[in-house]
Order: sequence, then structure tokens, then C-alpha cells
Amino acid sequence: MATVSLENLKKSFGKTDVIHGVDIEIEDGEFIVIVGPSGCGKSTLLRMVAGLETVTSGEVRIGGTRVNEVEPMDRDIAMVFQNYALYPHMSVFDNMAYGLKIAKVPRAEIEARVQTAARMLQLEEYLKRRPRELSGGQRQRVAMGRAIVRKPAVFLFDEPLSNLDAKLRVQMRLEIKALQRELGVTSLYVTHDQVEAMTLADRMIVMHDGVADQVGAPLEVYANPQTAFVAGFIGSPPTNFLDAGRVGGGPAGAQVGIRPEHVRLGATGKLAATVAYAEALGAETLVHLRTEDGAAITVRQDAGEPIPAEGASLHLDWSPEHQMVFGADGRRAG
Amino acid sequence: MEKRVTFKGIWLPILLVFPQILITAVFFFYPAGQAIWQSLFIPDPFGLSMQFVGLGNFEFLLSDPYYRASFATTAVFSSLVTIVSMAVALYLAVLAERLIKGSGTYRTLLIWPYAVAPAVAGVLWLFMFNTRVGVVTWYLGLLGYDWNHVLNEGEAMGLVVVASAWGRISYNFLFFLAGLQAIPKSVIEAAAIDGARFWTRFRTIVFPLLSPTTFFLLVVNIIYAFFETFGVIHTITSGGPQQATTILVYKVYADGFVGQDLGSSAAQSVILLVVVSILTVVQFKFIERRVHY
Repeated sequence: MATVSLENLKKSFGKTDVIHGVDIEIEDGEFIVIVGPSGCGKSTLLRMVAGLETVTSGEVRIGGTRVNEVEPMDRDIAMVFQNYALYPHMSVFDNMAYGLKIAKVPRAEIEARVQTAARMLQLEEYLKRRPRELSGGQRQRVAMGRAIVRKPAVFLFDEPLSNLDAKLRVQMRLEIKALQRELGVTSLYVTHDQVEAMTLADRMIVMHDGVADQVGAPLEVYANPQTAFVAGFIGSPPTNFLDAGRVGGGPAGAQVGIRPEHVRLGATGKLAATVAYAEALGAETLVHLRTEDGAAITVRQDAGEPIPAEGASLHLDWSPEHQMVFGADGRRAG
Repeated sequence: MEKRVTFKGIWLPILLVFPQILITAVFFFYPAGQAIWQSLFIPDPFGLSMQFVGLGNFEFLLSDPYYRASFATTAVFSSLVTIVSMAVALYLAVLAERLIKGSGTYRTLLIWPYAVAPAVAGVLWLFMFNTRVGVVTWYLGLLGYDWNHVLNEGEAMGLVVVASAWGRISYNFLFFLAGLQAIPKSVIEAAAIDGARFWTRFRTIVFPLLSPTTFFLLVVNIIYAFFETFGVIHTITSGGPQQATTILVYKVYADGFVGQDLGSSAAQSVILLVVVSILTVVQFKFIERRVHY
């Protein structure tokens, strides 16, 4: 178990800066999710913690000790890769035991630890199989097992669920969460999936163009996004953005953001709009509208409410406390 | 899934494979048939008549100590060529794979020797090791070593092995490099995180994952050493000294075209034909069974 600290961490590949200085103090046992779109630098950040990428400047500390120059194997970490990175020529047992054998752990203890992990992950009957004889979900479990048996101070997950189908992803998400709670190991988890981020994280780091836009508990980030990017990225369907001048309030170039569930449709309101189409999803309905100046707006309403007809002219309204104002630089202004 | 082209008629496919069949027939089936036929006869010294001897040529060969010695020489020679060319190629490929800057130049330069014909390569090495004017011989002389592959059997074998392996390194290098690059980077990274340092990773992960490539190259190189090294041996040692570098394929030439013993030469060709058939069968058997990860 250990704390992890990143201090003004930067990374450049040649002249291209990919990480512009990230700071975070991760507590012992905390589950941190790094979330962001492709190319935002989230994987690079994780690989710097793992020691698979060099640190351009700044500092990585694990358990209070600076590890910038420490080899991956000496950092007391374990990593689960997106493609699982199992050793294809070894059995499931040998895959899990590999690290322990290298560490010269006694044979009996290796056996015991692998058995325990296999039981935890329901892999007992597959221990003699090769990775290619397993399904995607089982391979995923082996990758987890390989991380668990080493009893590392920190778990690193690099988009571990993105190669699984949707149903399995939901199931494995729950299992990862339960496992992390049970073992209490500090974890860093990279994903581009905001649902994974919301459900797994104790705290999440929302990355955007190499900058940590916001760090915080999922619901806090959702309720109170600090930048227009975070407001747009976290939440599905995304936050609606309107020109602040049109809805009254905010400096020049500012935008107003309102989440789809906070917009009400009615005969009167702040803004007129035409219904483009409505998606009835069962539990809820997503109504897509277009304002007079062409901005697209999505409204989420409960299934009980009447579904407006396509082409209907309606008005949009919302309470002022739900209105989020972002300045021209994208930062939260009110 | 394998994609198959289906033809409507029979004539187009026949037309398409005809050139290849023709070439194989003219340059392989016909000479091979001739060799089998001739191996059953002993011609007179002037080539005017042939006497049928059944398997007499084979009987004579298998009891001939020189022929058996040639088998041993071939075994030593081809093992050495294969081991040297593969080991050096693997070493260079591992280095090339780790290289970040200038790897393109490095690779291109390494591939060049493959373009040199064996006979030309033989002459190049012969120049360097010439007992009177060779530059390497001269430097060895400065070090107090008297190089003379014309008299020393071990040195002769060493020289033909080096000259034969040299061009082959490029070929093996290409395959090893491709094999190394096909190993997912994350597997290596996972092993690094699991605590394996470079040599352990190479031994336990990289080398086992390269084994299909290694096996393929093993067979291909043995076949090369058996047959295609004729040019090197002919230019450098002509099989000498005292037949120390007379490998089987060179003996076919020496006995047939120099010694004019065409019956024995043909019988040797047939034996070689059997050997290469076995090697090819082994190669295909294993390539089919080749592990797919």
C-alpha cells in the first residue's frame, strides 16, 4: 500500500509537449480514474507512473520516495494492459506465477498465492490453459490475477475493459471495483469511458490536451465542472452550450452550459426552439431541438412526460442555479 | 478464413500454372529423372557406352570412406554455417530493434551482403585471406599468426564457413527483425514490470516467442549450407586441402565433372535429392504445425 504523488509532471516527445504539468496527491487505498478523450495524454501519464516512459520534468513519488529514475520492476507496481499482454506461450498458472518466480518466491508460496488469486477471479479450472484458449473476459481476469499475486503497492490499469463487449464491460467494472475495495490497493485507472470513470472513481482526473482540467469526486465534478471541456465531456448526453449573450448574462464570448436534465420544455421560457426529433429510450426520452440561430440542444425528460412532435415550436427554460457560465478561455466564470 | 479464387472453366487455371510447370519440368523433373537413370549405370571412359549396374553405384558409395568423410564434413560445415549466421543475425536484430536513431541506415547496410552472389563473396573473402597478399593474413602475421588455409584444414573450413555465413546473416537478420517486431511491446513491458531484466526477458519471453521464426530459419539455412554454398567452396578451397572442405554437393561436381565418374556422381545427386526431400517435408510439417499466438 502506498501513496502516489505527481508534482508538476511534464512530458515531451521531442519538441511536442504532451503533458503540461500535472499535480495530484493520491492517498493510500484510493481509486483514481484518469479520464479524457484519445490523445489527451492520460495513458502517457500512467506510463510515467509505471516507469515505461521517462519523466521530462517534475516528480513521481510512490510511498513518499522519488521514483523518476527507478526501473519499472523496482517500483512495486503492477499493471493491467489494454490488450492484456499475457505471455502467449505460458499457461495461465505460469502467467500469474512469472513475476513471483523471478522474485524467487518459494514454490509453495507461489502455488498458494496463484490459487488464492485464481479462486478470487474464478479461474481455477483454467490454470492449465494457454491464453489463446480463453475468452476475452477470462484473459482480462488472468491479467488482473497476474497483478494481484504480486501484492504490489499500486495497481495501474490502462483501459483494461475497452476490448470487451458492452455487457462484459459492465460486469468486469463491478468486479474491479469490488476487488479494489477488498484488497485496498491504491489504484490508477485510465479510461476514455466517462461511465467507467463515474462509477469506479473515488476521485477522477479529467485530462484535456495534456492538462488535468479538474480533479475531484465524480459527482462533484459532474455537478460543478470547472471548465467547459469537463462540462461537455462528463455526462451523457453532453451539456448544452449556448452563447451567453443570447440568454442574458456573462461577458463577451462567454458560454452558458445547461445539462440536458435541467432544461424544461414549455410554452414559455428563455429561448425558442424547434423539435428536430425525439428518442424514446424507455426510462427516459431525449428530445433534440434547434434554436433559431442553429444551436443544437438536447433535453432529457422522464418517460411519463408527453413526447413533443417533430417540428413543434417550444420554449426552453431552466432555473438560474443550474446555469453554468464559462468564460472565453473555457474556465468557469459563474 | 482463407480466400479462394474460383474459376469457371479448366483452361484458364491450366494456362496460369503452365509456365511454372514447364520451368519445373525442364529444370527439375528432367535432370532429376536423368540423374536417377544414370545412377544405375557406369559409362565407359569415352562416354560411348553404358553398362547397367543396378544399385552398384550406391553400394560402392556407401562403402567408400571418402564419401562417408564427405558426409561428416557436410554435417560440420552446415551446422557451423547455420549456427554462426543465425547467432550473429539474432544478435544484430536485437540491437537493431533497440536502436532509435539511424536504424534505417543500419538495417539497409546490414541487408547489402545478401545481394552479393556466393561466388563473388567467396572471391572477396579469398582476397582478404590470401596467403601471400591478403590484408587479414598480413595483420594476422603481425600478431605472429601464420594463416594458411591452403595447407591447414581447420583454417580452410573456418574460412568457407565465414564466407558462406556472411551473406546469410542479412537474410536471417531480416526474418529475426520482423519476428522481434511482431512481439507485442506490451508483453515485453509486462515482463519488465514483473521484474524480468533484459537477459531474463530475452530467455523467457522473446526467444520462445521467436521460435517459429528460428525453426523456419534453421531449416532454410541448412538447405542453403547443403547446396548453395557450392560457389563459395569452389572459389576459395575447391574442396581442399585433402578434401577437408568437400561437402556433398561439391563432391557431386568433383567426381562427375573433374573425375568423370558420371555414374557415381549421379548416384550422389540422387542421395542429395532424398536428403533435401526429407528436409523439405520436415520444414512443411513444422511450418503447418507452427504455433499461432
